Amino acid sequence: MAPSESDASVAQPGDLAPGLAGVAADWGSDQRTFKNVPWGKAMMWIFLLSDTFIFSSFLIGYMTVRLSTTVPWPNASEVFALSFGGDPIPLILIAIMTFVLITSSGTMVLAVNYGYRKDKAKTAIYLVITALLGALFVGMQAFEWTKLIEEGVRPWSNPMGAAQFGSVFFMVTGFHGTHVSIGVLFLILVARKVWRGDYDTEKRGYFTSRKGNYEIVETMGLYWHFVDLVWVFIFAFFYLW
Amino acid sequence: MAHVEGQQHPLGVYIKVWAWLFVLSTGSYLVDFYHVQGYPRWTLIIIFMLAKAGLIIAVFMHIKWERMALSFAILIPPSLLLVFIAIMTIESDYTFLTRGIFFGSGS
Repeated sequence: MAPSESDASVAQPGDLAPGLAGVAADWGSDQRTFKNVPWGKAMMWIFLLSDTFIFSSFLIGYMTVRLSTTVPWPNASEVFALSFGGDPIPLILIAIMTFVLITSSGTMVLAVNYGYRKDKAKTAIYLVITALLGALFVGMQAFEWTKLIEEGVRPWSNPMGAAQFGSVFFMVTGFHGTHVSIGVLFLILVARKVWRGDYDTEKRGYFTSRKGNYEIVETMGLYWHFVDLVWVFIFAFFYLW
Repeated sequence: MAHVEGQQHPLGVYIKVWAWLFVLSTGSYLVDFYHVQGYPRWTLIIIFMLAKAGLIIAVFMHIKWERMALSFAILIPPSLLLVFIAIMTIESDYTFLTRGIFFGSGS
């Protein structure tokens, strides 16, 4: 694209090549590949990529045991039905959990947005709301686990059908729930720092000694949206199949 | 010093995506609620799932606005998973058939 200059490899913020030429230029450049991306965010993306493979392995393992079992698979629609005094409503708890998680993704987006506007109070409030919704999600999951354990579902057997149902259920939702729980802690930590004004004064981090700024809210947001994203796939493949 | 690296976008686009996520989730729930079965069930569930995942990745996670060098690095490696899925489908079909032959009830 540009007439070749001897210093063409030195990228200035203003003159990044667009499109595929940009991909080649970015990957071929020195210093850093991911231009315009703070290091923390790039690292979070790398982590999320590896996490994608972990969850995919679980879901593919689930697919494999489900396709290869000769025993009928329990009907998720009935197993996860819940009755509020009347007829059981199929999958209602899972639907509510899905909506809670989507709502928390929305409040997270608002927190990121207000973070970049350096609106300390609103950022902290939306982070706390997101954390509360996450905690609510984990609480409902704990309720669901309790219910299934009381009905005799174990990782090695269950009264409804194929034994693999229990192992897949505890493994996949357990791993996802752990991610949500860690996310809640992460959210509370970031909310506290926002509230205290650490990112306005560029206070140095306790572990990293690096100057803090509101970019961490977006990095945190990536993790949170990823947890929501994983739930989209679990919901489709485990609960709706 | 202002950060040039932030992702700042009007709130409207987030609210719209948020609303769509609710609509799509309701859609996939209704597929189960009305007992849609067979291929229609599969088509609908997969469409709703991919639409939701796409919206979350593109807008909420800002991939739409990132440079291609980053989005390619994130989106291309997971496509290998399709190969993994294909391999394990073949493998589990084989296991299923073998189980039918050795443990099956006379099939």
